Amino acid sequence: MFRVLHRWAGILAALILTIVSLTGFILSLFPLLTTDRTSTRLDAGALVAAVQDTLPGVQQISVDLNGVVTAMSFGDSGLTQVVIDPASGVSLGPVTTSALELWFENLHRSLFLSDAGQMTVLIASVAMILLTLSGLSLAARRLGGWKNLFIRERGNGPDALHLKIARIAWVGIVISSLTGVWMGLATLGWIPDPNPLASLPTETSAAVHLPADQLSGLTSIVGDEIRSITLPREGMSGQAYEIETDAGSGFIDPATGEVLTWVDRSFWSRAMDIVHLLHTGQGASFLGVILGVMSLSIPVLSGTGILVWLRGSEASKGLPKTKPEQADVIILVGSEGGTTWRFARAFANTLISVGKKVHVTSMNSVAPARYKNAASIVVFAATYGDGDAPENASEFIGKIEKLQVAPQTPLSILGFGDSSYPNFCAFADEVANMAKAKGWEPIEGLHKVDCQDLKTFSEFGMAYATAHELALEDPAALLETQSTKSLYLVEKQLFGEDAQAPIAILRFARPKLSLVERLMRRGFANYQAGDLLHFVPEGATSPRSYSLASQSKDGFVEICVRKVHGGLSSTQLCNLEVGDKIEAYTTINANFHAPQSKSPLILIGAGAGIGALAGVIRANTSKNEAHVFFGMRSRSDGIPYKQDFTEWENKGFLSSLTLALSRSQKPRYVQNAMIEEADKLRDLIERGAHVMICGSREMGEGVRAALDQILAPLQLNVSLLEKEGRYAVDVF
Amino acid sequence: MKFIKPILAASTALTVPMAAEAAQVSIETKMANYGGEDAYLAFYITDASGNYVRHVWVASGKTRWWDHLRNWYSATGGSSSEIAGLSGASVGSGRTLKISLEIEDALVNAGYQIRVDSAVEHMADIPAEIAVDLDTTNAGQSVSGRGLIASFSFDM
Repeated sequence: MFRVLHRWAGILAALILTIVSLTGFILSLFPLLTTDRTSTRLDAGALVAAVQDTLPGVQQISVDLNGVVTAMSFGDSGLTQVVIDPASGVSLGPVTTSALELWFENLHRSLFLSDAGQMTVLIASVAMILLTLSGLSLAARRLGGWKNLFIRERGNGPDALHLKIARIAWVGIVISSLTGVWMGLATLGWIPDPNPLASLPTETSAAVHLPADQLSGLTSIVGDEIRSITLPREGMSGQAYEIETDAGSGFIDPATGEVLTWVDRSFWSRAMDIVHLLHTGQGASFLGVILGVMSLSIPVLSGTGILVWLRGSEASKGLPKTKPEQADVIILVGSEGGTTWRFARAFANTLISVGKKVHVTSMNSVAPARYKNAASIVVFAATYGDGDAPENASEFIGKIEKLQVAPQTPLSILGFGDSSYPNFCAFADEVANMAKAKGWEPIEGLHKVDCQDLKTFSEFGMAYATAHELALEDPAALLETQSTKSLYLVEKQLFGEDAQAPIAILRFARPKLSLVERLMRRGFANYQAGDLLHFVPEGATSPRSYSLASQSKDGFVEICVRKVHGGLSSTQLCNLEVGDKIEAYTTINANFHAPQSKSPLILIGAGAGIGALAGVIRANTSKNEAHVFFGMRSRSDGIPYKQDFTEWENKGFLSSLTLALSRSQKPRYVQNAMIEEADKLRDLIERGAHVMICGSREMGEGVRAALDQILAPLQLNVSLLEKEGRYAVDVF
Repeated sequence: MKFIKPILAASTALTVPMAAEAAQVSIETKMANYGGEDAYLAFYITDASGNYVRHVWVASGKTRWWDHLRNWYSATGGSSSEIAGLSGASVGSGRTLKISLEIEDALVNAGYQIRVDSAVEHMADIPAEIAVDLDTTNAGQSVSGRGLIASFSFDM
């Protein structure tokens, strides 16, 4: 309900609010420029007397909310207005009304459309308040409760940016829009906003007028409180000073200085003073600018909000049209955005390719009674925030629980989530537990995909195929290749060309990106070392994946490839020449990202595995302590990244490099080198170091065993590190 | 300065049954090029010492700002029965407002004045910017205002 409200109120209001917020920001700067900060101000009597010298015939003195004093005289020459120094009453020059400010003010409060415009802005402001409130409760859900509202938010992309900005700016947005609505309602007359108006005096003294600075009624008004003084008009009888102060308004006798009539400022007028101050910053210019800057976030929030919505609506395109009654397999999807649908489509296509009829729908549309032919029900459940159900799955559990008997059709559940959020895949767990309680257990157990990880998706596919005795293709291979890009090779280095297994460092130019890709931070707009580059070699249908050795900020796409004898993909890649192109795309591999903390890094790799680790070092511009253990065959082949490592060490990106050469005078593997440096590694681990390992599977196992041996004296082991998220492995 | 109502009551009593005894008056008000927001104007009739007698016209639909038309507002309180639909749009800088309405003969050449309060947001409130005797000798004579109004004249 909150999401629907948030979406539609947002889209309708986005354009208007963008105009209102931009002009609001500009208007917030004017008080800063124009405010008169004079602290010692003349009292009302002295001010009038001084201004009468400055501007003979002065009729009105007014002090605006920025403290600027202006004096007006009306006469045969028309209206004369001068700015007055509040400390001395002398002229500071003619009044220059800022046409620019008026123009922005008009646009801001009525879009140049007069009353209709004012109403439009008012409605948009109400929408803004609803957006802020619904948005806050969505943010609290996503982050796992109100107390977590300000925890660190990882992630990129429009949704994360939207959240990051909104949770800072919401305070200002609420203040500005609530006060704006108040002012708008007052303009429409729905909230009273009476200026204090004292009744006109019925009688004034006939005596000779005294100079203003001898009238006690005027001199008793301190300079800070003056709002306006209207002088008695010459040539008309019965005239008095009319004054307005912060406290109220009244008339003062020009001969006796007596207060003739007085009325206090009403509650509504005082309330409006506060509202006006908060909204315009007139009288509190720095606060005004802070609120103005916060309102600048509104256009960004509109943009990112619309992008998030567009991304979601792309989701359900291209699904099979099979009716539930005819389907062999029912796939139920619970997902906020598009990604889980993409996996569901791939899985559906895998089944369709072996002749199965598949019905794909949202989890909320579950209808077991209609699944007359189904041999399998597959649930793809993403988790929203702190274990909540996605919008299109919120009714699922209730619907199943209501059933007298659990469906007889075998169930499979695949959870999707992001382990960097609390309660990873909690909704999938909840669905599984509910099903188990009904005696409807998922036949392959519960599988979970972390950050669109392809490996776990393939594993699920294999488990499903085994359980249902189907010969299924790897569903990960059928994921729609996320629009590949042409990558042109710009640099190629070969190491150990004569050896059996040479290593190539291939550097491609970063492809050109569309505006949408850049805004959405998709694909090549946002990758980091350890993410995956997928390349479909000629003569193959499924892509091969390589760890990236660079990040998007580097401006190039780099991979490190070991040429495998007879390997289709590695041979094609290693045979590329500068200027050749490949078609490829990237996916995020969140499990193998360098930690965002300042903890030390231990990077262990061998052979082509050095690529991802070199990328991590290259990106270590915050100079976290980083130690690399690198295993190679022999020095004679050349050491990949040799010069880079020297440069990075000089820059402080790399703390130490330990080489282990397996074919040298002192042959050792990387795990041997680790044992030799056991003391150092123990010290690092005790200081909270993260371990990242990239290389062959055998090396990975060797390193794990070595590290267990090293950590034993500390009563630690690799499993414990894994639980703390301090041990990341990328092996192939 | 005292605002009194009896004459108003008397004039209304005169107007209703004897509408024929009224003169058609056209009023032309040209605003100065003061270069601000649209001006609010209130036209009304007073006696010689400024006591309010009768509403003539208010140029501004937005009642919220009417209290800036200081003298007129003090007398009328913006009461809609007083204004009785005799109102129109505000007048921009440099623009001219022409209105035409009936004024009772009893008020003409009888020592009454036609007055105009003016106000512009962010600039000035000028009570009684115009004060002209409602005499046939003044008809067609242009007078200038004191700030916001460039010239004012009435004809009958």
